[in-house]
Amino acid sequence: MSTPVTSSDWPRVELHVVTGKGGTGKSTVAAALALALASRGNNVLLCEVEGRQGIAQMFDVSPLPYEERRIASGLPGPKGNAGNVFALHIDAESALLEYLAMYYKLGRAGRALDRFGVIDFATTVAPGVRDVLLTGKVFEAARASRKKGTSSKAGQKYDAIVLDAPPTGRIAQFLNVNGELAGLAKAGPIKKQADTVMTLFRSPRTAIHLVTVLEEMPVQETADGIADLRAAELPVGGVVVNLARPRDLADDELKAAREGTLDRAAIESDLRDVGIAVDDVLVDGLLTEAHDHAERRALEDGQRELVGEMGVPTYELERLPSGVDLGGLYDLAASLREQGMA
Amino acid sequence: MRGKQRTRVGPLASTGESAPALDVDALLDNPATEIIVCCGSGGVGKTTTSASLALRAAERGRKVVVLTIDPARRLAQSMGIEALDNTPRPVVGVQEGTGSLDAMMLDMKRTFDEVVESQASPEKAKQILENPFYIALSSSFAGTQEYMAMEKLGQLYRDAKKSGDYDLIVVDTPPSRSALDFLDAPERLSSFLDGKFIRLLLAPARGPARLMTAGFGVITNALTKILGATVLQDLQMFVAAFDTLFGGFRQRAEKTFRLLQADGTAFLVIAAPEPDALREAAYFVDRLSGEDMPLAGLVVNRASVAPPSELGADEAMGAVEKLRRRDGEPSVTAGLLRLHAARTRIVEREAALRERFSVANPRVATAVVPALSTDVHDLDGLRRIGGLLAGEAPSA
Repeated sequence: MSTPVTSSDWPRVELHVVTGKGGTGKSTVAAALALALASRGNNVLLCEVEGRQGIAQMFDVSPLPYEERRIASGLPGPKGNAGNVFALHIDAESALLEYLAMYYKLGRAGRALDRFGVIDFATTVAPGVRDVLLTGKVFEAARASRKKGTSSKAGQKYDAIVLDAPPTGRIAQFLNVNGELAGLAKAGPIKKQADTVMTLFRSPRTAIHLVTVLEEMPVQETADGIADLRAAELPVGGVVVNLARPRDLADDELKAAREGTLDRAAIESDLRDVGIAVDDVLVDGLLTEAHDHAERRALEDGQRELVGEMGVPTYELERLPSGVDLGGLYDLAASLREQGMA
Repeated sequence: MRGKQRTRVGPLASTGESAPALDVDALLDNPATEIIVCCGSGGVGKTTTSASLALRAAERGRKVVVLTIDPARRLAQSMGIEALDNTPRPVVGVQEGTGSLDAMMLDMKRTFDEVVESQASPEKAKQILENPFYIALSSSFAGTQEYMAMEKLGQLYRDAKKSGDYDLIVVDTPPSRSALDFLDAPERLSSFLDGKFIRLLLAPARGPARLMTAGFGVITNALTKILGATVLQDLQMFVAAFDTLFGGFRQRAEKTFRLLQADGTAFLVIAAPEPDALREAAYFVDRLSGEDMPLAGLVVNRASVAPPSELGADEAMGAVEKLRRRDGEPSVTAGLLRLHAARTRIVEREAALRERFSVANPRVATAVVPALSTDVHDLDGLRRIGGLLAGEAPSA
């Protein structure tokens, strides 16, 4: 890039949690952020916890096991030096077995637990335990001194971790593992584990970013999500506005498009000039498209204002007309870095 | 309007899909249709679709109740259900006729509490309602919402059969983490209740006989080590107190499951024209047929509307380039052509995605609902969506 390197808005953050309402593209943003952070030799771990194998699909690799794997090179930095993006698909069962093996060396009892359906119970039914396990695993990967033989055999260390987290409506509850366990485990090892995890989540080493689109409901949910996070004393990061409509028309043109006062004759003459066969269907169509677009843009502007009032850094990503493929992810990563998110 | 054959006109005609069209009005008008379940991944417009179908059915003469999970605030207000009291309330503003529309919003915890209260003696109920495990289970357990939606559906159905207040129930499903959760709720509850672990926890209460054998000591020791003794005790108390209710829970869960399989039920899978949402939809279709659930069709919301002219995206972008060379600066015409090219590309991509879906699922009847340029939060908006669902041309 020829532009001077903008410094990141989040230099101290090691754990980037990305949440968002369903359909806003939070997984896409998480992946793009991981690529953007993986520069200058930095290694980044991208984690998913919802069992969807979304990372594998985005990066076009086979489904991920419970094992940290290198899946891509990061977006190269100004001197062309990139880091690596690793990925991990975290499932609660594997996390529990790993946890038991690491801390309790249970041996025979561990197998017995499985046989008696305890593992199944703990990971699917016991309230809150699932979230404790998933967040606990993220915590483990973020530790400065990792044990070997975890989901990374070599005990790989990371400069940053990006967590593709559950949706906005559930995020505060998901991260506030203490709260979920409150009343259940007032003491004991599980409680101690939850406390340690919480110190990381509440520290300046963590930032929770919210992805939204410029529509009423997602923006409202984002505002609610920020309030929930703040109430739980969790560090709010930035808001990423995703899938923004392109700005191909200037403000006065938008106004004219809405009011139906665009200069039809001039447009027809332009079109003829560049060799396009002009008929009413075409021109009416273009004007209607412009009108719809202008209406949507006006709604977007209203929502953008609301996002601006949330008092956190905001970043904006444009809708890619042909969808997000791997190349598109790098484009989005570059845009995030330019805007200072990474 | 009623009963008239409608052909697809306008933008919908250009979708060119191989999937058969979903006849929404025939589904709503058929008196045999007693339950419509709208399912799909989060953020695809399930709630709006459910509410629109319910309103349309009511205005076509059905006596309808719609059970929503988490409606947007303004939509809830316009339907008069922003107060969470877990009972259906009449919706104001429905066109006068033989039909009627009530709506309610699910209160997960209250539904759970009510089940406990109706099943246990007051004393026992109190004991359960105060147990920390119950509190956590009823308010935060990831599957509870799904299970309670099923429970409430079963209740509504039984009440409606008795009172004759409703002849159609439309259900919106929770925004599940995955398609599995909703369908698996009864099964998961059953397997939980039958689980070895539960029996293990109940063992001390039921006497030491059988289970004190192999591994029991090992297990309790391991659990104490991990959870701490108090947690294990709390859990044991909870399971023991809940034990008597298990049978009732399971029975009703299984009953609701069979109700869903019955002919009077119609599942609609809701999706948006995005790869993730359609992948989830395909998965849902697969699961539904695997469970012998009656699938009525697929609804693709927020489809981009094809532009009327035939000007291709590449040609439009070529013209943009020529204009740039001619003018040296952006012009309105170039802006319009860019917009046109982007929209054409989006429409092509969406059509390809839908085509791929219908090739893989050729018999799934599909309704495509074009995107509106404004948000929906009143009955007029719902009525418009209802019309679009039924294949009417978008009104200006």
